[in-house]
Amino acid sequence: MKLSGWGRSPLVDAQVSVPRDLEALQKLLASKPSVIARGCGRAYGDSAINSSATIDMRRLNRMLAFDPKTGQLIAEAGVVLCDIIAAFLPRGWFPMVTPGTKFVTLGGMIAADVHGKNHRKHGSFRGCVDWIDVIGADGSIQRCSSKSHVELFEHTLGGMGLTGIILRAAVRLRAVETGWIRQTTIPAPNLKSAMTALERAQDSTYSVAWIDCLGTGGNLGRSLVFLGDHANASDLPTYRSLHPFATPAKRKLSVPFNFPCFALNRFSLRAFNSLYYRVGVWNRGQQLVDWDSYFYPLDAVADWHRIYGRKGFAQFQCAIPLNRSEEGLSALLQTVAKAGAGSFLAVLKRFGPQESRFSFPMEGYSLALDFPITTKNSHLWPNLDRITIEHGGRFYLAKDSRMSAETLRASDDRVGSFVQMRAESGWKSSFQSAQAERLVL
Amino acid sequence: MAHKFAALGHPIQLAARQSETLDAEKTDLQLRYGVPVTLHEFDALLMETHAQFLAMLPELPEVAVSVVGLMGSQERSERDHLLASCIMRSNYEGPANILALLANRFEERGSGTLVGLSSVAGERGRATNYVYGSAKAGFTAFLSGLRNRLAKRGVHVVTVLPGYVATKMTEGMNLPARLTAQPSDVAERIVVAVKRKNDVIYVRPVWRMTMLIIRLIPEGFFKRLRL
Repeated sequence: MKLSGWGRSPLVDAQVSVPRDLEALQKLLASKPSVIARGCGRAYGDSAINSSATIDMRRLNRMLAFDPKTGQLIAEAGVVLCDIIAAFLPRGWFPMVTPGTKFVTLGGMIAADVHGKNHRKHGSFRGCVDWIDVIGADGSIQRCSSKSHVELFEHTLGGMGLTGIILRAAVRLRAVETGWIRQTTIPAPNLKSAMTALERAQDSTYSVAWIDCLGTGGNLGRSLVFLGDHANASDLPTYRSLHPFATPAKRKLSVPFNFPCFALNRFSLRAFNSLYYRVGVWNRGQQLVDWDSYFYPLDAVADWHRIYGRKGFAQFQCAIPLNRSEEGLSALLQTVAKAGAGSFLAVLKRFGPQESRFSFPMEGYSLALDFPITTKNSHLWPNLDRITIEHGGRFYLAKDSRMSAETLRASDDRVGSFVQMRAESGWKSSFQSAQAERLVL
Repeated sequence: MAHKFAALGHPIQLAARQSETLDAEKTDLQLRYGVPVTLHEFDALLMETHAQFLAMLPELPEVAVSVVGLMGSQERSERDHLLASCIMRSNYEGPANILALLANRFEERGSGTLVGLSSVAGERGRATNYVYGSAKAGFTAFLSGLRNRLAKRGVHVVTVLPGYVATKMTEGMNLPARLTAQPSDVAERIVVAVKRKNDVIYVRPVWRMTMLIIRLIPEGFFKRLRL
């Protein structure tokens, strides 16, 4: 069947198998030359596609144990984050680290070593992972952690499924008193003030900025900075504090068809962005927001990727080290604004320090931009890549669908050792994705 | 199915052969929904054990769902009459037998819902799967009769004709995506049907029309078709 990532490009014809138990999975491993595991398909590009054998892990989705003292959940890799929240938020637990969608599997979050709006304070997903059970090419299961089989553990976190199949994991959840977030909205007229606001926000658990990337001149980097903390029971109005985890049911919206390619242009985007900014300015200051709206605003619109039309879209996400961030980000935003190619979803985050073998985050700033796939935009990519590399930055593989192997190597000096590790451990021949082939990993 | 009912707070009893293999499912259901879950050894074909199976249940359930079925190979069952008989017993006699026993207990109590998963294959016999289809046709008729008998007794019977469903049974078959439901869609539809007291449900609405047309084709013409 035709498979793609969330960006719907590239489309690859792939054989998909859906094992229902460990035995079936081991049989698949024995019969196929190389495989890649796939969860909800929320990586934007071709990370979870192997044309000869893609293994859909969503049927291996049982929760196996929970310790209410430590908040440790043991579950199979196909468990979806929204089910974890549905099961444990009513009991006072929330994920330590969550990406921008709740429709991701546990295995996918580990493989991409995802980050959230609290990276600065709590690091990436690895921080809550106690151990992982990984199946090797021979079908044997290895339990790895920061204490045993350390190299396997370190390379599996952020290893994009290229070190084996993640079968089960133990992750710790965070104790929360309510399902609400105290959100503070700070309008920032330009990039510098947005960065200042984010720098000052070191005490906030969560921080993120939405950037209007069509702003030019004095408006360059015009942003809304959103800070957030888990609300305590005492923060809620009385009528809510009786049921602190109950949040209002949301209307489900969906995008029923592909938008035509002319629907998104610089005028419609400019209008949207201006309106969004004004609403943000209007809502400045503190508000109580439910967890779903705060962490997963886009999940409320099913199939939102259709607004980018039939050809799909690509996301550009880079991280730039702290000392070069301001310079690098201005250069990136100027290039985008000049091309008039901005997106709805330009997101700026402040990353904290991170030690890892192959994960994406580094201390500094991360910028994420969506672009529909058009000839015009394809000329923009090399420029954005060049600016990122010139400023010592690197790219997020979970978002990538179009980078070249050379670009990856120029941006990240860890590629060599990752590739070597894959060759030495025998992972290279057995675990292979379309992305890994493109990037020669 | 168990997930959907557990999410509504129902206690769950899972019955199957080798029920110990469902241990992980049991833990999963308990963790997710905080409802009591029990496992029970049950073989649909060992009909003499069914009465005892019912007697051993910790309590009589409010809703009982039969998802027993065996597709088997039509080609092989044409040559192997014992296989054909096994398919017929698995899809009709076995499930009908346990539902009949449950029906009597529900009738005594004066409440309850029985759900039987039958098949659109039972709507008309076709060369490609009439052994399976004939058993499902028997089961559908059984459910309809049971519903008729219990309608005034406070017991409701739901007949489910799911159409194609992406399960282990259909894996590897080339099914049209528009006609194929996910197991969770079937479960969702059943939960709604139990609540609304629907009688006969299709999961994808397109099946109702499709099967109506298939039933209306005159036999003289139908027998020449390859379906």
